[in-house]
Amino acid sequence: MSTRAVSVVRLVQQRSFLVLIALLVALAGLIEIIRPGAVNAHWVSNILEFAAPLGILAAGQTLVVITGGIDLSVANVATAAAYIMASQAPFGVTRSIVAGLLVGVAVGFVNGIGVGVFRVQPLIMTLAMGLVVTGSLNVYSQAAVRSVPGVPAVIHTLGSGTVLGYVPVSLFLWALLGAALIIGLRSTGFGRLLYAVGDNIEATRLAGVRGWQVLLANYAACGFLSAVAGLVLSGTVNAADLSLATVLLLPSVAAVVIGGTSIFGGSGSYSGTIVGALILTVLNSVLTLLDVPDAVKQVLYGAIIVVLAAAYTRVLGHE
Amino acid sequence: MEATVAAERPRLDRVRFGRALRRFGWTIAVYALFATVMVVTIAIKPDYGSFEWNTLTLAALPLAFAAAAQTMVVLGGGIDLSVGALMALANVLALRAMLGHDLNYALMVALIVLVEVTLAGALNGAIIVLTRVPDIVITLATSFIWAGLALLVLAKPTPGIPLDFQNLAQGSTFSPWVPNALLLLLVIPAVWIPLRRSRAGLAIYAIGSDRNAAFRSGVNLALSRILAYAVGGFFAACGGLALSMTTGVGTPLAGTYYTLSAVSAIVLGGVSLAGGRGGMLGPVAAAYILSLIPAVLIYLGIDPNYGQMIQGVLIVLVVMIGGVGALLRRA
Repeated sequence: MSTRAVSVVRLVQQRSFLVLIALLVALAGLIEIIRPGAVNAHWVSNILEFAAPLGILAAGQTLVVITGGIDLSVANVATAAAYIMASQAPFGVTRSIVAGLLVGVAVGFVNGIGVGVFRVQPLIMTLAMGLVVTGSLNVYSQAAVRSVPGVPAVIHTLGSGTVLGYVPVSLFLWALLGAALIIGLRSTGFGRLLYAVGDNIEATRLAGVRGWQVLLANYAACGFLSAVAGLVLSGTVNAADLSLATVLLLPSVAAVVIGGTSIFGGSGSYSGTIVGALILTVLNSVLTLLDVPDAVKQVLYGAIIVVLAAAYTRVLGHE
Repeated sequence: MEATVAAERPRLDRVRFGRALRRFGWTIAVYALFATVMVVTIAIKPDYGSFEWNTLTLAALPLAFAAAAQTMVVLGGGIDLSVGALMALANVLALRAMLGHDLNYALMVALIVLVEVTLAGALNGAIIVLTRVPDIVITLATSFIWAGLALLVLAKPTPGIPLDFQNLAQGSTFSPWVPNALLLLLVIPAVWIPLRRSRAGLAIYAIGSDRNAAFRSGVNLALSRILAYAVGGFFAACGGLALSMTTGVGTPLAGTYYTLSAVSAIVLGGVSLAGGRGGMLGPVAAAYILSLIPAVLIYLGIDPNYGQMIQGVLIVLVVMIGGVGALLRRA
């Protein structure tokens, strides 16, 4: 390899964030080529609006993946939170929102007990909890809810309202959560502990850390963020059905991986995940513009995620 | 399968007995659980007869194959979240090609579908080996690819699997208590026993239990991993064809249920998700237990929607008990 090629590789490795941004711009450019004039303020506003629920869902996923786990129940939790929020709406908006968020925290807490205390593999624990959540939700919807519940106005505004014509309301919430997560992960004790636990839980135990408490809090936080994402999503699509967030499970993992967080834990950042979520949303927009059948869209989506993940792992390595 | 190894040494001394108990303890417990659930079922429904048993074997057949597929991959230290999508692909390919043909033609189609989906499974493995991206990410992504392809082959659920082909599973040629759907399970040992006794099978266990050690012992990691995924693909194809036989319908969206339930079945069946530990006997029994739960709920007059919930709780309890057991052994 020539010196120049080496330095390019090194640049890419050190500035992976810039590469992701470049990819994002390239995808937007592609849209502009396919349909000139499509990339405008309205388009950007739309992309941000649809990226927000995914970004928030992937935030919880990022936290869990940093500790070396994975949460396959995020989509079920988001769906359940939104559905329960909507079904409780007649009893008051505050109560319904609190109920929805509590669902997320409770499920996350149980996940945390399983993973942290009983040392169950995260994949199994969250998969099983996903089944429990979806099963309970089906039973609940048949037993207690007569009609498909509507979404309260506040949530609708949160999910699809805009300020000054173009800035989505959900962007403020996402930015707030994002800032808290980025700063929290980088410079709080708890944030650093997450990386430490993900890197080597045995070493943190020897250093006097109670790993199970960290994991418990972390999974509960993930459940909370999933619930928030569910509420925002129900506002965006203005409905809360029993399969609301199912489609977001793969993207939530993909956004984390594309954003450069190692699936083995111990490294990564939320800023990468944000760009990952944006890339996936723009990608969806490209596929929609191509006007191909849903089945083809699904195939391309899967294939592109394979290629992106492969390119990322190849170029940047995980050392 | 595992039991045959023990049967070859009739004179077990105490050490060997203890070792065998530790090795097969979980499998024995799973079969005991299955027996218990069966007894409870018969207690609830005293007229439980060959018809109900036949229904159970039919319901469990696709899931048993899905569990076998997942077991193969997990033994090799991977995980395949595209098992259900592969099954759906095999299922719709079969329907599309068999529609309106006779048994001989259908059997040919089945053979071709087996080859195609085995190759798809091998492709999963090859992509993982080549890209070095973790299994879970790749198979989550390829599950979209296979499910998308299934939708391309067949846009919506369509009946039309030839009746003679369906009867391969639905009848009971020998005795009403030995339905064909039970006999079809013999495909699993027919593939598994020779594989397990071969070097290739040993290599799959080796890469699952310690990849570094396997590499240093001269195991070809890439080939063994691809083999595990390919055999997994073969069992997934069997599962898809079983779905065709038992339902007579091609359903492009059948996948998700089987992916999740297959993971549940292998965990219940004593296969370690860390790889390298477990066999085929446990997961197959677990597939029967998981298929029996909805039936029991119906006999009890409970909303079958509770089934998913019970399945989840059962898995959590089982793995937690396993986790506590591991903690106690360490202490």
